[in-house]
Amino acid sequence: MRLSSKTNTLLALAALIALAPLFFPSSYYFRVGSLIFVNGLAVTGLVVLIGYAGQISLGHAGFVGIGAYACALAPVHLGLNPLVAAGLGAALSGAIAWLVGRPILRLKGYYLAVASLGFGALVSMVLANEAGLTGGPDGMTVPDPGLRALLKSVGIDLSNAAFWYAFSAVVLVIGAWLALNLYHSPTGRALRALHGSEVAARTVGVDVARSKLQAFVISAVYASISGSLLALQNKFITPDVAGYMHSIELVTMTVLGGAGSVIGAISGAVILTTLPQVLTVFQEYEQVMLGLVMMLVMIFMRDGLLPSLSRNIRGRGQ
Amino acid sequence: MPELMQFILSGVTVGAVYALVALGFTIIYNASDVVNFAQGEFVMLGGMFTVFSFEAGIPLPLAAAIAILATAAIGVALNKLAIEPARGAPVVSLIIITIGASILIRGLTQIAFDKQLHRFPAFSGDTPIQIMGATVLPQSVWVIAGALAVFVGLWLFFTRTLTGRAVLATANNRIAAQLVGINTRYVMTLSFALSAAIGALAGVLVTPITLTGYDIGIALALKGFAAAMLGGMGNPKGALVGGLLLGVIEALTAGYLSSQYKDAAAFVIILAVLFAMPQGLFGRQATDRV
Repeated sequence: MRLSSKTNTLLALAALIALAPLFFPSSYYFRVGSLIFVNGLAVTGLVVLIGYAGQISLGHAGFVGIGAYACALAPVHLGLNPLVAAGLGAALSGAIAWLVGRPILRLKGYYLAVASLGFGALVSMVLANEAGLTGGPDGMTVPDPGLRALLKSVGIDLSNAAFWYAFSAVVLVIGAWLALNLYHSPTGRALRALHGSEVAARTVGVDVARSKLQAFVISAVYASISGSLLALQNKFITPDVAGYMHSIELVTMTVLGGAGSVIGAISGAVILTTLPQVLTVFQEYEQVMLGLVMMLVMIFMRDGLLPSLSRNIRGRGQ
Repeated sequence: MPELMQFILSGVTVGAVYALVALGFTIIYNASDVVNFAQGEFVMLGGMFTVFSFEAGIPLPLAAAIAILATAAIGVALNKLAIEPARGAPVVSLIIITIGASILIRGLTQIAFDKQLHRFPAFSGDTPIQIMGATVLPQSVWVIAGALAVFVGLWLFFTRTLTGRAVLATANNRIAAQLVGINTRYVMTLSFALSAAIGALAGVLVTPITLTGYDIGIALALKGFAAAMLGGMGNPKGALVGGLLLGVIEALTAGYLSSQYKDAAAFVIILAVLFAMPQGLFGRQATDRV
């Protein structure tokens, strides 16, 4: 019996996540791991938008910000549990994406880039300036959802870092599973068709505007949940999460690893999340190295790191 | 009235810088279909090179000339080392390559110089000039005059010289230009040099007012990119109008509404324009090729 590539992908991902802690010398590694999963989740959403549908967004950190601040604000003002707040943030992000996406997605290429950039800038500006509500640039604290305490009461006692490692890993695997399923669904096929050629997709009956909007809303929900996870595990949030640089980082991770595949993009998240941690040793050279990696991969491995490498390996095997 | 005049004058000064950055975007976009997100870095380099040459004892005009030439050389290097090898890559890859280049340049500047903010003296003193009840720094006049001079110069270059027309021909149709014997690789190199030099000049002109530091490029690139889009990508007239409009809208918002949301106003206007006119104010309508 041959397993489908989807199942293989998910099993490989789950195995890697489960086995990695065996090699962790300290809890700091759990912390980096959960940061990778948080970014990996947002990046999985961008695979749907960039890799499947071929649309770019330079403002997705705006949705990350909405998700993050939902977890901080809703418990204070509405008395909700932070996890419920995360769901609320995801719904809000989806609704905003639906509203904003309709006009924005009519634009193409660089015009779409600047429009989405403008959207992201607006969100981060509101978060930074409405100090009375959001604490302004100083940020605000995020309450604990009480999940770890719940686990402890049934006898599973995890350290804080290990708990968030496990929790974000589960969310990431679910997110990857959904995105992989979408790839082979009619919606996914429609998205890939319009990626190839919008005109051709339209002639075979794909509702191009509707499909693009679906991809945008889905990727916004992923970004929002990623923001919520980040807020919950950091227990503190600043407007930087919604900033332009974070949007760029997410798009770079997606394309660096390979926007066409979920695993490729997640490997991009692994590289760009760990690189700054490794490079703190050479703090002076951090930006130089980051810029070089971005340029070299995009110039010499146009489809992204993972697809290019696997093609090389397969090519040599023949 | 003097208040309004004051806001408009300061808006035009900032807008002139945005217009120069937008013009840099336009020149490179026309020659190569690449939007160069490292454009803001050219402005930063223009300021930084001038500061450090000046502090090393070189007279200011010479220091400025060195800065512009050095930045132009960096622009050429960017084209040769990063853009040419990536010919034909999709828009997203090109965006990431040029953003990578901007991060790289920022990092190298920080190592070569420092993380401080710097300035050098204004060209003709700091005594404010009175215009219709508003006060203007003499350096603002330099910025505005410099931007106008660049536009006139470029207009003459594009309409009156053979090289300029070769650039226009390449912008219009790359393959047709090659067929009539235009060296399009040379045109691309020239465009990067020109665009970097214009950016550096903007940096030289504006540093006495706004100061320069290794990280001032990002904000300028975003504003210049937005201005170029507002005007219609690839159109020099659009770059000028888009830049000035953006500067004035920001200044008026900061003056009458809220200084915190001045950037928001600019983006709201740009979004509104793009929704009504998806090609920008002066953009040409493109048709899909199947």
